[in-house]
Amino acid sequence: MAEEAHSEGGLVFHPMDQFIVKPLFGHGPIEWYTPTNVTLWMGLAVLCVIGLFVLGTRGRAVIPSRIQSVAELAYGFIYKMVEDICGHDGVKYFPKIFTLFVFIIFTNYLGLLPMSFTPTSHIAVTAVLGFGVFFAVTLLGFYKHGAHFLGLFWMSDAPLILRPIIAVIEVISYFVRPVSHSIRLAGNIMAGHAVIKVFAGFAAIAAISPVSIAAIVAIYGLEVLVAFIQAYVFTILTCVYLKDALHPGH
Amino acid sequence: MATESTADAAHGAADLGACVSETGSAIGMPQLCADWMPNQIFWLVVALVVIYFVLSRIALPRIGGVLAERKGTITNDLTAAEELKAKAVEAEKAYQDALARARTEAAKIVAEAKAEIQKDLDAATARADAEIAAKASESEKRIGEIRAGALDAVTEVAKDTAKELVAALGGKADAKSVTAAVTARLKG
Repeated sequence: MAEEAHSEGGLVFHPMDQFIVKPLFGHGPIEWYTPTNVTLWMGLAVLCVIGLFVLGTRGRAVIPSRIQSVAELAYGFIYKMVEDICGHDGVKYFPKIFTLFVFIIFTNYLGLLPMSFTPTSHIAVTAVLGFGVFFAVTLLGFYKHGAHFLGLFWMSDAPLILRPIIAVIEVISYFVRPVSHSIRLAGNIMAGHAVIKVFAGFAAIAAISPVSIAAIVAIYGLEVLVAFIQAYVFTILTCVYLKDALHPGH
Repeated sequence: MATESTADAAHGAADLGACVSETGSAIGMPQLCADWMPNQIFWLVVALVVIYFVLSRIALPRIGGVLAERKGTITNDLTAAEELKAKAVEAEKAYQDALARARTEAAKIVAEAKAEIQKDLDAATARADAEIAAKASESEKRIGEIRAGALDAVTEVAKDTAKELVAALGGKADAKSVTAAVTARLKG
């Protein structure tokens, strides 16, 4: 690969090494149960969630502390999103959607720490999230509406001749949803981290290291935005898909 | 040292499987390494389940409760404020009413006092007028008396003077005729 060619010239590019899954203890093979850096960083995300939403709200104060008001802000943000998009009967799925949001946002932000590992940069992780949402929403749609759920693909307000064609397009786009849903998240996070690593590799050349470091800072700032925006986009799309399952008529 | 670390890396790489090269760097995209996927999926499910239970059992009901409580407190406070405001408006109205009542009362009292003073004044004026009239009439009477007295005195003096004149002139005047003559002259 390219990095091997460059390593002879003194430049070392290993932008993808940061995504390697390693066992936490020893060098053994990675079985499904092995505690790895995936375990570590997901575990830290879980601890952050507990710290913010359980310890932070311990006071149950009517006038909130700073941490409690952050927790309330996140709660209100996602709650309003679910209520606005899915309607009032979508509110009972709020805890599940909120779980997705806080998991993604905390793994994204923990992944921005230097030397860290970002589980959401792995397609295996985001595919489980994306396909999980897809199957859950599809099953929910059939469970709630039976065969009427297929009305989602049959545009009754389109001209009759176009309806079968539109239905085919709609079915294809419906099945592409989980793929785009998961690749969007993993791709964005992976690309940002890899770009930062590439610029870090250029920093070894003294002449361009200031440019390289400035670029790292700029990309890092961008990644701080992306970390939030991708969590937000994932959550809002989940809400949109859930709305289709709850109200396939429109 | 170098050989040892290389051997160690090689050993590690052998254990790590097909996705990591001998030097410990990634071969291709680590994201596509099938060897690691079961591990990631397992720990993802564990993390999601833990987060879900922590949130849905503890955190979300607590935050929802706090938000509802705050909303209730704010609503109650607003209602209380509204009530207090209504009370304040009422109190102001009562105050204004009392003020207006006091003003009319004061005006009435002033009018009454004025009327009473006017009455007293009128009575005093009338009394003074009567007194003045009485004094004036008395004075007139006195003046009349004095005038009458003066006339009598003039007649007397005239008679006496005439008698004396007649006597001085050597005539022997009969008193009665002199008097009659003088009286006649005074009248004419």
